[in-house]
Amino acid sequence: MTTMEKIKDPEKEKRKIKSDKKIRAIMTAYYMEAKTPKEITGKKIAWITSGGPVEPLHVMDVIPIYPENYGAMIGASKMGVGLCEKSEQMGYSSDLCSYARADIASAIVNGGPIGGLPAPDMLICCNNICGTVLKWYEVQARYFNVPLFILDTPICHTEFNPDMKRYVTAQIKEYIALLEKICGKPFDYDRMKEVGRLSVQGQRLWQEILDTTMNRPAPMTCFDAFFHLAMIVTLRGTQIAVDYYESLLQEMKERIAQGIGMIAEEKYRLVWDNIPVWYRLRWLSDKFAAHSACLVADTYTSGWCGTMKYLDENDFLGSLAEMYTRIFLNTGTDIMADNIIEMVEKYEADGVVFHSNRSCKPYSLGQYDIQRLIKEKVGIPTLMIEADMTDERSFSESQVETRIDAFIEMLQ
Amino acid sequence: MITAGIDVGSISAKAAIIEDNKLLGARVILTGYNAQNAGRQVFDQILSELDLTASRIKRIVATGYGRNSIQFADKAVTEITCHAAGGIFLNPAIRSIIDIGGQDSKAIVIDKNGRVQNFSMNDKCAAGTGRFLEVMARALEVDLDAFGELSLHADNTASISSLCTVFAESEVISLISKGAKRENIIAGIHASIASRIMAMGERIGIIPPVMMTGGVAKNIGVVKALEEKLNTPIIVSEYAQENGAIGAALIASKI
Repeated sequence: MTTMEKIKDPEKEKRKIKSDKKIRAIMTAYYMEAKTPKEITGKKIAWITSGGPVEPLHVMDVIPIYPENYGAMIGASKMGVGLCEKSEQMGYSSDLCSYARADIASAIVNGGPIGGLPAPDMLICCNNICGTVLKWYEVQARYFNVPLFILDTPICHTEFNPDMKRYVTAQIKEYIALLEKICGKPFDYDRMKEVGRLSVQGQRLWQEILDTTMNRPAPMTCFDAFFHLAMIVTLRGTQIAVDYYESLLQEMKERIAQGIGMIAEEKYRLVWDNIPVWYRLRWLSDKFAAHSACLVADTYTSGWCGTMKYLDENDFLGSLAEMYTRIFLNTGTDIMADNIIEMVEKYEADGVVFHSNRSCKPYSLGQYDIQRLIKEKVGIPTLMIEADMTDERSFSESQVETRIDAFIEMLQ
Repeated sequence: MITAGIDVGSISAKAAIIEDNKLLGARVILTGYNAQNAGRQVFDQILSELDLTASRIKRIVATGYGRNSIQFADKAVTEITCHAAGGIFLNPAIRSIIDIGGQDSKAIVIDKNGRVQNFSMNDKCAAGTGRFLEVMARALEVDLDAFGELSLHADNTASISSLCTVFAESEVISLISKGAKRENIIAGIHASIASRIMAMGERIGIIPPVMMTGGVAKNIGVVKALEEKLNTPIIVSEYAQENGAIGAALIASKI
């Protein structure tokens, strides 16, 4: 290393989130354990969808693996196109979700940044996030020849009712019975209480972290949340996640006390909608920062704490159905719009940036209506960016750049 | 004070010179492969045409796709903001602008001061843009300049349904092979552009009076098709293509 490279910009250093290193280490350890031969760890592996109830897996000492989290890693490492192309060679349509395409191809070629995911002993698929996961997990169940559990959560267009609760709760019982069978041991209901308590605690901390951006200047942006999210997704219900988020919250509070904002001179506060454009995180983050625009909140990272209000800490299993069924993506457009408007008001945002995500139909379908509702109800400008979360072929830099620049000119 | 606006688009580069809110002149050249060169060239040409030296230009604003490559400009502003500023200058009554350029199309709603209220752009696909028309003109072996006039003689507008330039071209080829009249095919192409623009405009709620800008505004067939679809007359200035550069020059006088 030359002397030149050693000189760091003190201004940038000051703004860096120190906990970054810690979460990197924890996530590396998590994947290392998962990739360690089962004969050594003695643990089974379940692949689970991002909105699936992970807590019972932790109770049974099963390692949960999230193909969607890996999809994000594949995207961020710019390995999405190669894997998507591979799946297209296998016969999958380029109109399919790029997480699904990348995962299906990765399983065959052991692709992606960690050379493929550890083979699953079971697949847990909850359709509260989309319908694609049903077929995607069926494909993987055939490929790995392992049991597939499907948790069907009815869409809450306008309401959640007792029938829905009974229907989903009955399936949770089947889920637990299947886990007992695969793991060859009884389900520990006392441990469930503990895991449930840790899950609530983790979600509460995560919400508190996200809420630190109510401060001006915001100590972090949604681009930071996209990164620190990994643990509330994968290790929700564990002490590790609670400890980590306690320290991250502490760091955010210190930044607020010291007046450290993530954006040098925060001028505009914006809300982000949809899954991040993983392969362009840095570019987008820099682009908005150059305009002194801070993405203060998003509908994506809040997805892992947005429904904790429906959870009963003392009856985790009993309230789990409602929490998992009412998540953002499983609600109607009007509810989604209300959610975003609530965010706009809570975080005092000046505008909303929508990522129309070619991959994610349930997330992108109602966006034009939501744009209109925001305009009618709160009268703030919105921006639509067309891209894809993992497949770079759906991103046009100059198109996106012009839209962002023009949007900011409109806010001036 | 004299200011300049340079609009480097994907097909053509435009320059305009403004002095104390008066347009001194404007010019259009082809961009070619080097956006930076095209910006320089069109600027030099307008200067010599107006018998001005660069030193007399107080400020320069660059816009269009090549806006960030014009290093001698004082500032880069997007074509959306510039078209709004230029449009309201050329006709203070307008409230919406439809801009169809070489590789993209936009619908812009503005307030009475020329500030952008809302805008929408085509998604990343060239269908319904100037480049789309070029491809179609080639397929039909018609000079692009004659496109607009020819379409006015259509007696039965052909139907072009594909949203993709490449697929629309094969639709056109199949229409040719079926013996469809060239005029009818061209009218169909214009109608398909108008449909796309209408969807974009409705999305943001465009308000009349509507002005059309960008190179495609010179095509009377597209203008007529849009008037029909939007059910409102469309204002086209003689400076439709240079409108972005004019707006840029005006913005340059205010920074």
